[in-house]
Amino acid sequence: MILGLVADGLLAAGILALALACVATRRAFASAALFIAYGLLLALAWARLGASDVALTEASIGAGLSGVLLLGGVRRLAGLAEPSPDAETGPLLTVLIGIGCAAVALAIGAAVLLLPDPAPSLAPQVAANLATTDLGNPVTGVLMSFRALDTLLESAVVLLAVVCVWALAPEGGWGGVAGPRQPIVRDGPLALLARVLPPLGIVIAIHILWVGADAPGGKFQAAAVLAAMWLMPWMAGLAPAPRIDARWLRLVLAAGPALFILIGLGGALAEGAFLAYPPGWAKPLILAIEIVLTASIAVALALLVMGPPEPPR
Amino acid sequence: MTGTIFGLVGAALIGIGLFGMLVRRDALLRILSFNLLGGGVFLVFGAVARRGAGAGFGGDPVPQAIILTGIVVAFAATTLAVALVLRLAAAKDRA
Amino acid sequence: MSLLADGFTILCVLAGLVFFAAGTAGLLRFPDTASRLHALTKADHLGLGLVVLGLLPQMDSLAGILRLLAIWALVLLASAATGPMIARLLRRQGGAS
Repeated sequence: MILGLVADGLLAAGILALALACVATRRAFASAALFIAYGLLLALAWARLGASDVALTEASIGAGLSGVLLLGGVRRLAGLAEPSPDAETGPLLTVLIGIGCAAVALAIGAAVLLLPDPAPSLAPQVAANLATTDLGNPVTGVLMSFRALDTLLESAVVLLAVVCVWALAPEGGWGGVAGPRQPIVRDGPLALLARVLPPLGIVIAIHILWVGADAPGGKFQAAAVLAAMWLMPWMAGLAPAPRIDARWLRLVLAAGPALFILIGLGGALAEGAFLAYPPGWAKPLILAIEIVLTASIAVALALLVMGPPEPPR
Repeated sequence: MTGTIFGLVGAALIGIGLFGMLVRRDALLRILSFNLLGGGVFLVFGAVARRGAGAGFGGDPVPQAIILTGIVVAFAATTLAVALVLRLAAAKDRA
Repeated sequence: MSLLADGFTILCVLAGLVFFAAGTAGLLRFPDTASRLHALTKADHLGLGLVVLGLLPQMDSLAGILRLLAIWALVLLASAATGPMIARLLRRQGGAS
């Protein structure tokens, strides 16, 4: 379809132009803003590639939460003293690095063009076995059943990242309130958004989680939306950030991976393999894991964006 | 065709991201370039997934699930990197 | 009937694209930030509204129509909030850039 090719070509040109501008800009703020736009175009590219779940994740986590994180980082860095900049890379070295990177890009491009035809695929196996999970969305089936170990390790990695970010608390800051103090904004557009959006966002997140069983969606996208719904009132100063030594916080963070591991061990006892689901029990178990894991990951994502606690003044 | 186009875009993004990481001196710009690099790798993977379409699906679901995992892990790594940069800058600020 | 629906979609989406182009032209050509904000928010609102209007006949269920309208309302809310935020920041920084 010629029209599809034109759309793909324009999208590709936009993505490349934004990426080049992102790398070429000197100012970090402009670069972060361009990165958010690049993330949104990338989400459209994922939709064109037929990967709707990935498109949702890229838009919410890749463009949304990453953009918030980077813009916050730019702002906080600007508040600190101007560090003595390292010498800019000399022109000769820049050209050499450019040639090297172009060579890498060409090699990978050649690999893409030389991919085997007919393409090997695991789609038939997934289609054949999807009925055992009672799910309609194959990506959710792969994430929660066929490659459930990957998802377990991923949630463990997110938890580990939270612990590492907390470990970067400065002297005397351990146990304090996460993130920098936000000024309280009682009225104005930010307060309006912080009051109006969270109820809508929570409903939308629950919908995305529930519908992920049979249609594009799932728990990571829902967790990202929930994290954003906490971050918005936090940025307006209307919702407090938690103390990182709060017991409820640590329980919620640990509950998701803990339940996942427990169910995995139960599967090892019942079926003989870690994370094997007993027949007929697959969908209820998957649902239970997803709901608790969404809460854990939502809290973890919000804490990751808030950052380590600041030292007490 | 769609898969090939975006696979090539992914290869180009890998080159651009790698260039930014090696040439730029500002820490946040390097983190951004690292994310560009990651996005390029995911797109190449996505091209592979698109070409594996079959059995009634629009694309091979296994690479798609792995890309999803990769996006979340890349975000976690980015948060850690930003926290490190801020801590370093704060330490230099007080020194 | 389907031909009429498709024609309506194409017309509305094209009109919406014209407004988006006009907003982008304003962003690139207007001299200061306040007028750029004006061009962006007004033209983009109208453009998005026309695009959503054009896509309505393509939906095959009431749920789809309601989702499109909800998306439009949320984008309207978001840009209605961010426009004044940028303008306030501008006023606090003391002038246009």
